[in-house]
Amino acid sequence: MEKLFKEINQTIMAELRDGECLGLGFGGEQSTFTRINAAKVRQIGNVDEADLGFNLILNGRRTTGSISLSGDLKEDLSRARGELERLRAEVVQLPEDPYLVLPESKETSRSEKQGKLPDAEAIPGILLPAMGDVDLTGIWASGRVFQGSANSAGGYHWFASDSFSLDYSLITPSEKMVKATYAGTEWDQAAYEAFLGDSITKLELMSLPPKKIEPGAYRTFIASAGVSDILSMFSWGGVSEASIRQSESCLGKMRNENVKLSHLFTLSEDFSSGFAPRFNGNGEVAPEKTLLITRGELTHTLVSSRTAKEYGVESNFAAEGESMRAPSMTPGSLKEEDILATLGTGVYLSNLHYLNWSDMIGGRITGMTRYACFWVEDGKIVAPIENMRFDDSIYSFLGDNLEAITEKQHINPDVGTYDGRELSAVVCPGILLKSFSLTL
Amino acid sequence: MDLQAILSGIDVRADWIGLRYVKENTGFRLVRDGKPEANTRESKQGIMVEVLVQGQFAYYGTSRLDMPGIQAAAERAVKLATAAAKFSLHSFGVDARPVAKGSYHSPFQTAADAFSPGELSDLLIKATAELKISDKVVTTNAMARTVETESHFVASNGSDVDQKYLMVSADYSAIAHEGTVTQKRTDGGLLAKSYQAGMEVFNEADVLARCRKIGAEAVELLSAEECPTGTMDLVLAPDQMMLQIHESVGHALEIDRILGDERNYAGWSFVRLEDFGKLQYGSPLMNITFDPYVENQFASYAYDDGGLKAEKEFLIKDGLLIRGLGGMESQMRSGINGVANFRASSWNRAPIDRMANLNLEPGTSSHDEIIAAVDKGVFMTSNRSWSIDDYRNKFQFGCEYGKLIENGKLTKTVKNPNYRAISNPFWRSLKMLGNKDTFEVYGTPFCGKGEPNQIIRVGHASPLCLFEGVEIFGGA
Repeated sequence: MEKLFKEINQTIMAELRDGECLGLGFGGEQSTFTRINAAKVRQIGNVDEADLGFNLILNGRRTTGSISLSGDLKEDLSRARGELERLRAEVVQLPEDPYLVLPESKETSRSEKQGKLPDAEAIPGILLPAMGDVDLTGIWASGRVFQGSANSAGGYHWFASDSFSLDYSLITPSEKMVKATYAGTEWDQAAYEAFLGDSITKLELMSLPPKKIEPGAYRTFIASAGVSDILSMFSWGGVSEASIRQSESCLGKMRNENVKLSHLFTLSEDFSSGFAPRFNGNGEVAPEKTLLITRGELTHTLVSSRTAKEYGVESNFAAEGESMRAPSMTPGSLKEEDILATLGTGVYLSNLHYLNWSDMIGGRITGMTRYACFWVEDGKIVAPIENMRFDDSIYSFLGDNLEAITEKQHINPDVGTYDGRELSAVVCPGILLKSFSLTL
Repeated sequence: MDLQAILSGIDVRADWIGLRYVKENTGFRLVRDGKPEANTRESKQGIMVEVLVQGQFAYYGTSRLDMPGIQAAAERAVKLATAAAKFSLHSFGVDARPVAKGSYHSPFQTAADAFSPGELSDLLIKATAELKISDKVVTTNAMARTVETESHFVASNGSDVDQKYLMVSADYSAIAHEGTVTQKRTDGGLLAKSYQAGMEVFNEADVLARCRKIGAEAVELLSAEECPTGTMDLVLAPDQMMLQIHESVGHALEIDRILGDERNYAGWSFVRLEDFGKLQYGSPLMNITFDPYVENQFASYAYDDGGLKAEKEFLIKDGLLIRGLGGMESQMRSGINGVANFRASSWNRAPIDRMANLNLEPGTSSHDEIIAAVDKGVFMTSNRSWSIDDYRNKFQFGCEYGKLIENGKLTKTVKNPNYRAISNPFWRSLKMLGNKDTFEVYGTPFCGKGEPNQIIRVGHASPLCLFEGVEIFGGA
């Protein structure tokens, strides 16, 4: 794939006319998906695709496009030339864009992570027997993901990575569930079977009779997977500089009204884990680490070069939408083995579901509890709880009501596949809250 | 591309083989505060090769469109199906893919290329100028989205279906700010005005008039009272009913969810297979139809991606659940009557049960009769927040704009209106149903479901509705 991208890049860049600036982006995957229900194969297949993105700038005007690539150089060069001509015809008709950013980065990078993945045809045979008679539903995804970026200034980046993930739910006959993701780059059958076995053991806890709790405010522990969902909300009307400037951010209060979160809470964009590439669509390379919220204070936001130009601030080479690509929350001091004792009496939430802003500007989030969630009394798990709706403000539960943070960060890989297999992960600990509002 | 010739040339041993070629061009233009933010077109094309071997379907989606590439894809799919067959959840026969022959072309008055990029940009710039009705409007957005889709499906059982669509979505929004208050209004919710239509949607006089109203309402909300808290009557506009139907009826009735396919992602359903024909889902006023032929509605079509012919069907009749949202595979697995809704988001995904046009049929009450029937309540319009549990029971939805209803009259405007309830009790509280004059058609390009994930377009239409005794509340 890199050879194809390089050859298209060299050819197309050589055909640019005076005054034209061009950025090219490459995205692709060679993936195997196996959808599982009741520990059987529901659907199975492969997807082999690649796309080429264009960012054409001429005389202060900009237009973008993308095309599917076939993998055949001659055919793809023909498609690429056709797309460039279409963009040329369009760009002259558009109004001037005062905030456009010329692709000027000359940086280059290359990262290729070779993994050890099972053959597609072998996947049912290696996954399913270990499930035994447990009710498991989930999705296996494996294969290679590609990303590339190049521009007419000479910048060039390539990132390719092999990976696999089995994201699954285990379900008891009374419909209580445990969620887990087994992911990596080197397949290890014994490690997989041990991981799955651990999940099955956890499922046994869910066979206790469930407890129905009433709406109200509870002492609450939210495990890392749930915290990951909350942090992901900061990418939607959160840490984006543009969204703060345009009055569409939950963090506007921190910028404009000097409101703070708890001094325990520190959030950064941290690429050191290596899950996601540091280069963006313009080929700009972000700093390895940017502190966004430091001990409860908004210290930086994610700033794309376009936003930087519009508002006269410094870019930290965020992606165009200014969402987090490598979110990381700083751990605290609560030991994992002390979580239940410190919680005392309250609810333990392993996962959350379907989060949305119920009042974005006010910082209020609603969502559901899901999977292994328990009622805890005097430091002991008493029973799984019926799923509850929560509705609470980040300025409360990540503010004065944030009591402690666990000392261990967990890696929560993004197993999303809407626009192809995601590469990122949220690295975060669990949080203990003095009070959390459950509403329905 | 001669898909029939390619199909004839494929040499593999399979009980059934199908090819679905999809080409889709998605144009998107966004103007913010009079300046261009995005002018883009995404052009995707590829083929989904699907085979049935030993009762197991397998697929290979490829953007390689030549004969060797498609032959290789078919061979790999056969190997996958063979490997998976002894672990199959369900062993299918060839009748899971009915023979289908036909075509569908979506209706439009004005072709996509009738507006040049420059003309459309100019209109969007004018729209943002109209949205800014005062200095209190701090951000304005105008967006236009056009999708041209060509789908051609052929199969070894003789199926040959050609479907072409032109779809247009638009949205105009204003954010107003004063002091510590910020409020936003859109044109009925983000891209809720999504239709199978042409560029006639961008009638300048109509667009600019709507923008002035949107800007004015954003400013009006700045000085509005907070939505009251309490249990009272709720009147929902059709643009919010779109979301209400989608989340608390549509997803709950998807048979693949009921069968557990989605338990690791979108979730299960409170509806069980044994509920069909027995469950009183809502009040007797409630009639829900799957209707693939509503003029201009966003998800109209003639055949689903498995080849099943689309027909109008009642899913809920007089409040009683009678039919599910399931294509042939789900119908065979469950024994429940379904509809032609086995759909894929594009060539690179296998079909699953999806909503299409799912509508609440109109009743007999006028707008004024509904308002007059409320002593104390809130009217809400335009969705801005949505969340529901994995069984499709406990939901909480929020709207952009509300009006108090007091003693049978609409009175003060209220901001941050929200409500929460549980699906069945909520639908059973449907007290009055608007007539055809209150009936409006909407759609959204953004329904997410499936593993691997798929975003698909759906349409929903509804009259004005009155629900009694609902938990209502305001903002932070």
